[in-house]
Amino acid sequence: MTATAEPLLSVRDVTMTFPGRRGRSAPVRAVDGVSFHVAAGETLGLVGESGCGKSTTGRMIVRLLEPTAGSVTYDGRDISHLRQRELKPLRRELQMVFQDPHSSLNPRQTVARIIADPLLVQGSSAAEARKRAVELMELVGLIPEHIDRYPHEFSGGQAQRIGIARSLATGPRLIVADEPVSALDVSVQAQIVNLMERLQRELGLAYLFIAHDLSVVKRVCDRVAVMYLGRIVEVGDKGTVYGSPAHPYTRALLSAVPLPDPAAERTRERITLLGDPPSPAAPPPGCTFHPRCPKAQEICRSEAPLLRIASAGEAREVACHFPEAA
Amino acid sequence: MTADREQPLLSVEDLTVTFPTKRGPVRAVDSLSFTVHRGQTLGIVGESGSGKSVTSLAVMGLHTGAEVTGSIALDGRELTGLPERELGRLRGRRMAMIFQDPLSSLHPYYTVGEQIAEHHRVHFGSRRAAARKRAVEMLGEVGIPEPARRVGEYPHQFSGGMRQRVMIAMALACEPELLIADEPTTALDVTVQAQILELIARLQEERGLAVVMITHDLGVVARVARDVLVMYGGRAAEQAPVDALFAGPAHPYTRGLLDSLPRLDDTDDAPLRAIPGSPPSLLTPSPGCAFAPRCPRAAAASTDEQGRCEGTRPELVPSNGHLVACHLSLHTAAHARGGTR
Repeated sequence: MTATAEPLLSVRDVTMTFPGRRGRSAPVRAVDGVSFHVAAGETLGLVGESGCGKSTTGRMIVRLLEPTAGSVTYDGRDISHLRQRELKPLRRELQMVFQDPHSSLNPRQTVARIIADPLLVQGSSAAEARKRAVELMELVGLIPEHIDRYPHEFSGGQAQRIGIARSLATGPRLIVADEPVSALDVSVQAQIVNLMERLQRELGLAYLFIAHDLSVVKRVCDRVAVMYLGRIVEVGDKGTVYGSPAHPYTRALLSAVPLPDPAAERTRERITLLGDPPSPAAPPPGCTFHPRCPKAQEICRSEAPLLRIASAGEAREVACHFPEAA
Repeated sequence: MTADREQPLLSVEDLTVTFPTKRGPVRAVDSLSFTVHRGQTLGIVGESGSGKSVTSLAVMGLHTGAEVTGSIALDGRELTGLPERELGRLRGRRMAMIFQDPLSSLHPYYTVGEQIAEHHRVHFGSRRAAARKRAVEMLGEVGIPEPARRVGEYPHQFSGGMRQRVMIAMALACEPELLIADEPTTALDVTVQAQILELIARLQEERGLAVVMITHDLGVVARVARDVLVMYGGRAAEQAPVDALFAGPAHPYTRGLLDSLPRLDDTDDAPLRAIPGSPPSLLTPSPGCAFAPRCPRAAAASTDEQGRCEGTRPELVPSNGHLVACHLSLHTAAHARGGTR
């Protein structure tokens, strides 16, 4: 799982600034200098609360958005500013799965059309594409006889399987999955998590798994990056980050998750943060977490900490002036 | 469920809610019974279509157009069949509700102060100034900084967490005894969820509130509930005190839910034990147990037993301090084997 030579995906200092409305609102820097990599066949979890920039980051990687600054390198090639025509061959390799399965499927297209569409775009014949659609339905656990049905005839979990089948049609190597299970019923989430894990093993896929649910991410990822207000505050091996979180925000986030264990819930120590995450339109100076941080000092108010390895030899980087010792 | 001798504040018996639809009547809640005592929290857990939200709206008397049968008693007083005027007097005054999405439950054109004060004016006939003063007090009590200034602001000027605090302030302004919270933290970030759950717990303790917490999140239930009702397909699958439920669920559905959850405290990476299939449609109810088509125990049972699961609705019966509606309860199996699980 460790990156040998060149990782499949490298993201360096990527920034996304959305322009404000003239005279009415200031520009919003939704993602501010984010760097990470994803190796072939591995899963990087990207977690954070609403508005932290995790979805914007995902959209820049599949180039639904063009980064304002920084670079996205896929398989050794800088793709950050490719034009539409140049992007087309890349879309074979880089695919996306969305949160709401029903709203990401065209209600007026049959499953056959939905799954085959990426292949038709890439130049397959109709017969080939349909044959492949049948195979893909089997692969994701759908009944191939349902190929001429419409999305509304499927449950949420089945619709998400259709979305996954579509993403696999062109044989991608990296899938950006943006909250792929959060709209599903609890009893169905596990089916989709297991499916994605099986597909990864069988097809050697790499995932960027974006989610707010820390328990789901812990299950699926090899490494995890925690975002807060447009920046990565901590990134590293799953065991290290979950086992001994170094950033005060990661610690608070983990301690806030309710455990399905009443006895543990009664005795557990929780770090309750004050206030809400600030707006990315007006980020606080210095470390953007300082207004909510229980450990904030003077330096935190003026100087933004850099993402760095805090203790030598550790498979984790943290952006904090006063990280927790492991 | 509990051994309290005092009369429960809310007592629901044999509640059935039926909606007329073009495709015939749909029974969204079927023969549901539960009680909630003052100072205690009942967690109602279920997935989409389980009937958990329909139940809470029925208690509040907010179903127009649905047929509601059975009994809903608040502090001994029967609510079913009460005229809307009478119900209106109880709503907000003795029982109140908060919802998942505070933005769509607040009126965008009125200040939060006006919305909180309105309850007070309606129920107590307070004058404007007194009601406004009460609104400021309530905003302070739910932890909104600078309440005297913010009382004049509109809902869109508040963040998601602060809006939920406003909803709670509004719900509790007239000191109701029963609070129904329908997925109150589902739309919130996890750090904000922790704040809101703490706030509800503090207010409950200070005021002796009875709370019904409706959620799909078993972690939230484990944190706040004393007793739990697990719903499936409009019916009670299992009811038990929270520790007993998590330690030894009797219904295969409860067991399945717990097993399928990815957990922060998991130590291995074994695949999750998913429940196959999807929650049932209420349009085509089965004559038997609604969970039977997805049930691993029914699948492994003899043909006779399978026939019973699919053909006969299981009654809710006591079992080791739980109530369980299952022909193949995990408790019976444990006794037969002499084990604990």
